Amino acid sequence: MSKQRNLEKSKTTVCESCSAYKSANLKKMGLNADNADYVIALAGNPNTGKSTVFNALTGLRQHTGNWPGKTVARAEGGFSFREKFFKLVDLPGAYSLLSTSPDEQITRDFILFGRPDVTVVIADASRLERSLLLAAQIMEITSRVVVCVNLIDEAEKEGVSVDARALSREIGVPVILTDARSQIGLDALLSAIYDVASGEEKPSPRLRVALPKEAEYAVREIEGDVLRLFPNIDNARWVALRLLEGDTSIENAIIDGSLGVPELMPAIDDSTAIPNLKPEAA
Amino acid sequence: MRTKRKEKDSAQQTGDKINDGGKQTAAQRKKSLLEKARQHRKAIGENLHDAVVAEQYGAVSAAVERSTSTKQKSQTLAWQTRLDRIVTGRISGFLFMFVLFTIVFWITISGANIPSAALSLVLIGKAVPLLHAGAAAILLPPLAASFLIDGVYLATAWVISVMLPPMAIFFPLFTILEDFGYLPRVAFNLDNFFKKAGAHGKQSLSMMMGFGCNAAGVVATRIIDSPRERLIAIITNNFSLCNGRWPTQILIATLFIGPLVPSYFGGIISAGAVVAVAILGVAISFAASWGLSRTILKGEISTFSMELPPYRRPKILRTLYTSLIDRTLIVLWRAVVFAMPAGAVIWLVANITLGGTSIAEITASWLNPIGLALGLNGIILLAYIIAIPANEIIIPTILMLTVQSARIAGAGSGAGVLFDIESASYTLTILQAGGWTLLTGINLMLFSLLHNPCGTTIYTIYKETGSLRWTMLATLLPIGIGFTVTFTVARIWALFFR
Repeated sequence: MSKQRNLEKSKTTVCESCSAYKSANLKKMGLNADNADYVIALAGNPNTGKSTVFNALTGLRQHTGNWPGKTVARAEGGFSFREKFFKLVDLPGAYSLLSTSPDEQITRDFILFGRPDVTVVIADASRLERSLLLAAQIMEITSRVVVCVNLIDEAEKEGVSVDARALSREIGVPVILTDARSQIGLDALLSAIYDVASGEEKPSPRLRVALPKEAEYAVREIEGDVLRLFPNIDNARWVALRLLEGDTSIENAIIDGSLGVPELMPAIDDSTAIPNLKPEAA
Repeated sequence: MRTKRKEKDSAQQTGDKINDGGKQTAAQRKKSLLEKARQHRKAIGENLHDAVVAEQYGAVSAAVERSTSTKQKSQTLAWQTRLDRIVTGRISGFLFMFVLFTIVFWITISGANIPSAALSLVLIGKAVPLLHAGAAAILLPPLAASFLIDGVYLATAWVISVMLPPMAIFFPLFTILEDFGYLPRVAFNLDNFFKKAGAHGKQSLSMMMGFGCNAAGVVATRIIDSPRERLIAIITNNFSLCNGRWPTQILIATLFIGPLVPSYFGGIISAGAVVAVAILGVAISFAASWGLSRTILKGEISTFSMELPPYRRPKILRTLYTSLIDRTLIVLWRAVVFAMPAGAVIWLVANITLGGTSIAEITASWLNPIGLALGLNGIILLAYIIAIPANEIIIPTILMLTVQSARIAGAGSGAGVLFDIESASYTLTILQAGGWTLLTGINLMLFSLLHNPCGTTIYTIYKETGSLRWTMLATLLPIGIGFTVTFTVARIWALFFR
């Protein structure tokens, strides 16, 4: 057992490239997601395959379907990898973190205030720019991001090929290519998640945008006020920027005090299972 | 790490407490914070947001530019575009939809007949006498045996034999269409109607979800950002025929509509009838949305853009597996869970007597005038009251109540149960003994479409709207429409056939 652990720590290239070795490490834990060592959020544009990745990693059968807007509540599942327990949270698809429909708010609030250890952004390889715009917004909030470029099979058919290493250099976070429907690339994804979660790899996002001087000054001042009102909040800077931009949903969240309280959001296990078999957490 | 998460949680809680303390000043401080932000915004200019997003987009597209390469133009897009021209065409789209769903139901109906008959032969025809013999052998009191076998067991067995075969065929077909990417195209075709009805185009998606389960459809309305349009979508979701009601439609169409034509046309005509009821549901959904958006839910219509996903080759085997395990078995399990207590209730109301007549008969005969005026009967109405928790058990409930109160020879009466071997027509025999006509069949199909949502859906509507008033409206509106429609059909029927 200790020998095996040493092997993992040393991260030899032989083991890295051997998928059988890693697959053997993955234990799908289904709904058993209590006492997780790490919490992993799955975010991405609608219909990029978040639920497919979720199912592949947890062994659950969250309903998947080929249409945008299928997942409207967050689903949770667990898996264990290299002797650590991971809780995986499948979030509704979102085009941006700035919008106001209830499903997109669930995504935004979880990434902002749910304190995931890693946020995996699932991107559509054929529509990379739009997918990465969301990734860029998420990287404003947290640097612990892994970008999973999914649906590479479709992109290939459309003549698009993605250079993962180049893209990773460009945006400063790990980039993994996957075809989750055919279980391709999941081992590399697991390793990347593990590395970022455990702190072995520290991404440094490079898509952050510098603000004009006076805006930067205003953001800092507002950030201080936000922190005084909500001392336990992460990402006060992000909240400050939204206030400066006049985001009414954030203004309302400040007035009614729901800012930074993820418990206000419901969690539903499976959006098509009959809810009274698996009752919602109240 | 484990303890770390716990600390985080408790930190969250103390944060709330701090907010609660000193409410007055906190509220004032919040106000002044927002005011400060507003003033800064004035100074900096309103277009900060756009500038930030534009710069972000520039950075992203530069990164993508440098790390992707595009080879020759693809061929997949060409056939997808050609297919979309038919599937989402102005007229061809609807023709395609109608033909496709008729075929799906035709496969379901013709495929489900034989296994359904076999199941009821085994589970009811063979098992009930065996169970009674067994109960007698272990000296179970006859009343207890009858309660367990003719009540609890019979209802469960009926649910399985009536529902399992159509579901096992219909769900995989439906899931394959979903996997392929057809559902959003249907939504796309219907989008225009929703706009005309004053509702949100995304309602077409929550409506599609409702064709699986209305409770899920109600939750799916979360994709709609305007509260007004979301309420319309929630209230009208019940007009989508759900999992629990498809089997009722399929069975009644097979029994009453199919025989109207020569037998080789029977299957396709029955399928057409089911599709017609489903389309009627969609039409009523539009009408109700239109009515709501012009009366109690007036307001602006939001625009949105919906993206049609690419067609994807369905993973047939996985689809078969997941739709069997996830949809079929979960829905069947729910039906069984509700059928067992319902069977007990049915047996009790049919066997507890007041002055010589059973409670079921008293209630049914009391409801009968109303039922007959609606072209139904008292037993059907009573069944719909017993089956409020789940639509799935309507048919078994009706059958059991009919058998128990009509005292059909042998059925469920212990020894010497007379179950026809050609069992598909056996159900018909029971129903005809209960006084059913073609009108009863048609109106049951209509009433199954147009009645109150099931208990789970009502509860979900309450949770999603947080309002008793809207929940009441969503519950009473369909049943009001149902009474009106069935009553009108019965009146017209009386004009022609009497």
